[in-house]
Amino acid sequence: MTAARTATARALPPVLLLVVLLATWQTVVVVGQIPAFLLPSPSAIGSELVALWPTISSAILVTGGNSLLGLLLGALIGVVVAVVAGLLPSADRMLQPFVAGLAVVPIVALAPVLYTMYGAASEVARVIVAAIAAFVPVFVTTTRGLRQVRPVHRDLMRAYGATPRQATVTVTVPTALPFVFTGLRLASSLAVISAIVAEYFGGPRTGIGSFITTAAAGSNYARAWAFVVGGILVGLAFYGVTLAAEHLVRRRSGPRAG
Amino acid sequence: MTIQTAPQREEHPRGAVAVEVTGATRVFQGSAGTVTALDGVDLTVGAGEFVSLIGPSGCGKSTLLRLIADLDRPTAGTIEVFGRTAEQARLAHDYGIAFQQAGLLPWRTVRANIELPLAMHGTGRAARRERADHLIELVGLTEFADHYPDQLSGGMQQRVAIARAVAEEPSLLLMDEPFGALDEMTRERLQGELVRICAETRAAVVFVTHSIPEAVFLSDRVVVMSARPGQIREVVDIDLTRAARSDEGLREDAAYFAAVTRVREALHHGSPTPAQGVELR
Ligand SMILES: Nc1ncnc2c1ncn2[C@@H]1O[C@H](COP(=O)(O)OP(=O)(O)OP(=O)(O)O)[C@@H](O)[C@H]1O
Ligand SMILES: [Mg+2]
Repeated sequence: MTAARTATARALPPVLLLVVLLATWQTVVVVGQIPAFLLPSPSAIGSELVALWPTISSAILVTGGNSLLGLLLGALIGVVVAVVAGLLPSADRMLQPFVAGLAVVPIVALAPVLYTMYGAASEVARVIVAAIAAFVPVFVTTTRGLRQVRPVHRDLMRAYGATPRQATVTVTVPTALPFVFTGLRLASSLAVISAIVAEYFGGPRTGIGSFITTAAAGSNYARAWAFVVGGILVGLAFYGVTLAAEHLVRRRSGPRAG
Repeated sequence: MTIQTAPQREEHPRGAVAVEVTGATRVFQGSAGTVTALDGVDLTVGAGEFVSLIGPSGCGKSTLLRLIADLDRPTAGTIEVFGRTAEQARLAHDYGIAFQQAGLLPWRTVRANIELPLAMHGTGRAARRERADHLIELVGLTEFADHYPDQLSGGMQQRVAIARAVAEEPSLLLMDEPFGALDEMTRERLQGELVRICAETRAAVVFVTHSIPEAVFLSDRVVVMSARPGQIREVVDIDLTRAARSDEGLREDAAYFAAVTRVREALHHGSPTPAQGVELR
């Protein structure tokens, strides 16, 4: 069997399941005459999706842009702070409880505060919320990755009289890289979710989250669901890209990076 | 059997002495108390000489090797490598090293792993490649040059590690049970390869092993150690020439068996308190 046919064979069952679910959903809504505010039918959502595609696609770009910016910012800071913590044990001891605390704080709760700080017309608050959400998993996995350098590799670098820089480039970074990308994959979903939910609390009416609240408030349930589908598309795109990147990096770093 | 003095060698470009260990003591401070891994060890390894360290587990063989490599510092005593401190020698890339684990970088190919020390010490790309190709052929891995370590068997990985250790043609090779994890056949073949490589590069070797036949086959001298505290119990001269060693027939030779017996006796029936301060050479 060729690779393409294997992939098709693997994709077929979930696609079939989706089709069956949608058909059941449609039948239940139509036959049961379920009111739209309880559950709109897939066909109603589909037609809203088509009719509003220009709005939805621009909302996807705005929310996707905020999420991407937040993800990159949070990941960058996460990696840098993890590297500093790896070099300075005292900084590490200071940071660990702080990050543990950050991980349990519902970060989107910060959104209203940030909107008043940065002005209700700005996207900055959303980017910051996404960045904080992305920071935590990247910091945690990078910190772990930096600790995975095998003693025999550390001895080898010392035996070669390697400078700290050489040892970092030759051994530490390649060892930690798969862990960084695992963190990035986890962070990508969190960044998208946080950016969308942050829009629920105000700010400019530009992104997926803003349109969901507006449509729901106006009792346009099928329209609200159409924007939810837009949000799902953003999330899937982020997840797919980071997952592929993780696979590419992990392939050559061996199974150690678990 | 005649007791030989130091084997005759031609003048070595790096001088007469590769390693000079004087009164080396290493005490580890642990939560469960202190461990004296080495206690007043004296050892001299001549340039181009092959010396094996053998002894029960925990007698400080690895510790001694790590002190020579300056991967660890002695609690007392001094270590000189080619007339300088162990640290200076390490920073001058005086030695090549192979550990019990191959310790290859899994994200680099066989060739890139062998080139690693050369690349880190500034050898040009073309020279690096030429040297790596030569070494890959020497250890019989030509078809695997572009494979990654996880695509190789344990024995093949160990061969790459040995090629990496000799890549810079060091005047001193430090090897900690490099063949420990290998089957007997691979082991004997790699021993033969090691003898050939040493003859080619005229390196001095400090070689840790648990195998008496291996120590005898490879060495000019076998250093027998005892544990708790780690000390040198006896040094056995092996009077077999290197030329004879590259001949596989040696393993059936009477002199070879006699030497094996002497090392075995030193290891098992050595007097519990050997005379201190005996002239070891
Ligand atoms: N880093 C360390 N910290 C504490 N104790 C250590 C350390 N390294 C070695 N030791 C102790 O020193 C002693 C000698 O250890 P070493 O590894 O040199 O033995 P060895 O002769 O190489 O043994 P083996 O043949 O099993 O490899 C052991 O008792 C060991 O527990
Ligand atoms: Mg050991």
